[in-house]
Amino acid sequence: MAEGHAITHEGAGAQREHHAHAALAHHFDNLEQQREAGTIGMWVFLVQEIMFFGGLFLAYTVYRWQFPAAFVAASNHLNVRLGATNTIVLIVSSLTMALAVYYAQTGSRRNQLIFLLVTMALGTTFLVIKGIEYYDKYRDHLIPGSLIPGRPFHWDTVQHPLPIGVSEHNLEMFFWIYFAMTGLHALHMIIGLGILAYLVYYAYKGRFTPEYHAPVEISGLYWHFVDIVWIFLFPLLYLLGRHLEH
Amino acid sequence: MEETLATPSETPRVNYLNARYGLKSWLLTKDHKRIALLYLGGVSLFFLLGGIYAMLIRIELLTPKGDLFQSQTYNKVFTQHGIIMVFFFLIPAIPAVLGNFLVPIMIGAKDLAFPRINLLSWYIYMLGGILTIWALLSGGVDTGWTFYVPYSTNFSNTYVVLAGLGVFVSGFSSILTGLNFIVTIHTMRAPGMTWFRLPLFIWSHYATSLIMILGTPVIAITVLLVALERIAHIGIFDPRLGGDPVLFQHMFWFYSHPAVYIMILPSMGVISELIANFSRKNIFGYSFVAFSSIAIAVFGFLVWGHHMFVSSQSIYAGMIFSFLSFAVAIPSAVKVFNWSATLFRGSVSYDTPMLYGLGLIGLFLIGGMTGLFLAAIGLDVHVTDTYFVVAHFHYVMVGGTLMGYLGGLHYWWPKISGRMYPESWGRFAALIIFVGFNLTFFPQFVVGYMGMPRRYHAYPDIPIWQVLNVMSTAGATILGFGMLIPMVYLIWSMRYGRAASANPWALPGLEWRTSSPPPTENFTVTPVVTWEAYEFAPPEELKVIGKLEPRDRADYPPDYPAYTES
Ligand code: HEM
Ligand SMILES: [Cu+2]
Repeated sequence: MAEGHAITHEGAGAQREHHAHAALAHHFDNLEQQREAGTIGMWVFLVQEIMFFGGLFLAYTVYRWQFPAAFVAASNHLNVRLGATNTIVLIVSSLTMALAVYYAQTGSRRNQLIFLLVTMALGTTFLVIKGIEYYDKYRDHLIPGSLIPGRPFHWDTVQHPLPIGVSEHNLEMFFWIYFAMTGLHALHMIIGLGILAYLVYYAYKGRFTPEYHAPVEISGLYWHFVDIVWIFLFPLLYLLGRHLEH
Repeated sequence: MEETLATPSETPRVNYLNARYGLKSWLLTKDHKRIALLYLGGVSLFFLLGGIYAMLIRIELLTPKGDLFQSQTYNKVFTQHGIIMVFFFLIPAIPAVLGNFLVPIMIGAKDLAFPRINLLSWYIYMLGGILTIWALLSGGVDTGWTFYVPYSTNFSNTYVVLAGLGVFVSGFSSILTGLNFIVTIHTMRAPGMTWFRLPLFIWSHYATSLIMILGTPVIAITVLLVALERIAHIGIFDPRLGGDPVLFQHMFWFYSHPAVYIMILPSMGVISELIANFSRKNIFGYSFVAFSSIAIAVFGFLVWGHHMFVSSQSIYAGMIFSFLSFAVAIPSAVKVFNWSATLFRGSVSYDTPMLYGLGLIGLFLIGGMTGLFLAAIGLDVHVTDTYFVVAHFHYVMVGGTLMGYLGGLHYWWPKISGRMYPESWGRFAALIIFVGFNLTFFPQFVVGYMGMPRRYHAYPDIPIWQVLNVMSTAGATILGFGMLIPMVYLIWSMRYGRAASANPWALPGLEWRTSSPPPTENFTVTPVVTWEAYEFAPPEELKVIGKLEPRDRADYPPDYPAYTES
């Protein structure tokens, strides 16, 4: 902490605001600069995230194009109702997050806390529903490869005959991509919940004021980003080509 | 003028090195300069390790027969050499050491925007390194630094997951470094430090950071998929599931071609500083050099297919990638032309850093030109996977990145350590390294063109092949000794070197306007920049570098306030 303060230079920090805010780090001139740095930092981080997910979106695109029938058949095994519910849950959570940011800006500690907690509750709901979906896949032997030892992937060809030219492996590929993408997304949700918990703690302590609320804003960006990823995942995994079957 | 810089005192009382003592003050530091030194330690360690592997390779290739290693051991040796050198030396070397130290100082900031993230990036880097070393100690990996599937996923019985995890983890350290640089350059420039007054070192680090942000996540997810594929026996590259191994190559090179620019761009930034400052002239075509860095960063993302001319890529895709690869050489050439034009009629002095700088221009020229040979499909089919490719990339990576790194390290050493290195030893070592390097790698162009394939522990008993390989091994030995010299005298100079003045080279950049070594917050007062980058006094006033006396400060524009003696 603050090696910078171990030495005192004449005139050090001449440009710093005279009564610097307690949250102002030693190497920034003022809170505005600090907020700007945080915001740009988060945007750059999100660009990085897009590229990270991008690898999986690329794989999805390549194989959807290569095995369209298999992807439609496998996609029909996802539970659209649960997926759609989760989509709504996340969209609402984006709204409550935005409201939390608003109340941080306007300085209402109570409302800020309420909306942060509601956002956390919605995020948790999402993860529970996702867990139910994962469990269904487990029950139906749809978890690919040897991820679950002793319970290899198995497609019930009696109930669901394979479409012409589709091998069981192509279906397994779909589920692999499904788990990779939604799993990575869920990991981001969990990290988001951690960030929210941190915000709740400091909001409770009254740290965020109209003057200083950058952490809430910046975390809001992250939360919205994770929501948007889901907004892409839901149609790609659950909806695309649904009407082709039956 | 009201805001003036304090005259940097020649012997600062408190600087970043002696501000605090003790191991903890280093391991928990948030000072970008100390973190740079932590990186210097890590990077040097990995360079040494990678160097040992390199020597083992060269010893094996002294004779046509495989007499030192069995083939699998040899595979492990070159794989580990590649992984360590690429991911743990070349990629972090200049940005994480020199960039970390200099980016805030050169723009007049007190630190990087996120000091804690900066420290975190070092820990992540070390964690990645430890995972990789763990893989080496457990038995090694033999896939080549490229981790090609399906060999790496289905066949290799070595520690691919552990090594891959090391690469995955260390990738995040370069993402965080890039993020920190971008934000810092955007938000923390001192008053008056406009974009076009930035030193070119900063522009090239900005461009590098863009690649780190856009490329590294892709290799991260790719390596993660390979690891999962090995662990769970399923994955999207597995041909048994209808997966496509070539998709792996696309994703790998989508990062790894731009990654070569992560290695070379910072070095180009160093060289731009060296050439301008040791010619005591403004760089020729500042904005061309600045924007060529950005152009390289952008176009670098469009040429990955030139690594896949023989990997079942369609001929039309090959032609487009070939064309784009030729195009990406243009901004590189722009830089070389601008450097040469800067030298023209400059008052050039040949101190050690400049020797590395000039060496780099020559070597990068050869490396870049042979890159064009390889980008020509017909020729590439002939030399792909031969020593010609090996020679090409060593000319750009060792000749480019390593030379820039060493040049920069010497150039800024007085600032970093507060001590001068011994100049004559410096020049001697630079010469040895240059000779050793060329003797090592030039013969490889020849033997590669004759058809000697890369990555084999033995080769046919053709006399001329062996002659060329012996030359190469001899060169590597010279190069190895050459590398040890700076290692010794730099460490020696930290204690016994002559104390450096604030501005031993008499240069206008911001980093020379604070004491050597700088105080923890870099400047005693936030500097106000009123000069252009590389703004030198008229030629008739110039003094020879190296014999500097206090009154030589007249090299500066006379009205410049910083050095009016108070
Ligand atoms: C002037 C621009 C350049 C062009 C047109 C170019 C072109 C090429 C081509 C076509 C190959 C593939 C050869 C093959 O596998 O058959 C190649 C390989 C390589 N290049 Fe370059 N190159 C350029 C600059 C660089 C730079 C600046 C670096 C690094 C600092 C670099 C590092 C490499 C590496 C590491 C490989 C080999 C990768 C492997 O297969 O292990 N290149 N280059
Ligand atoms: Cu390339």
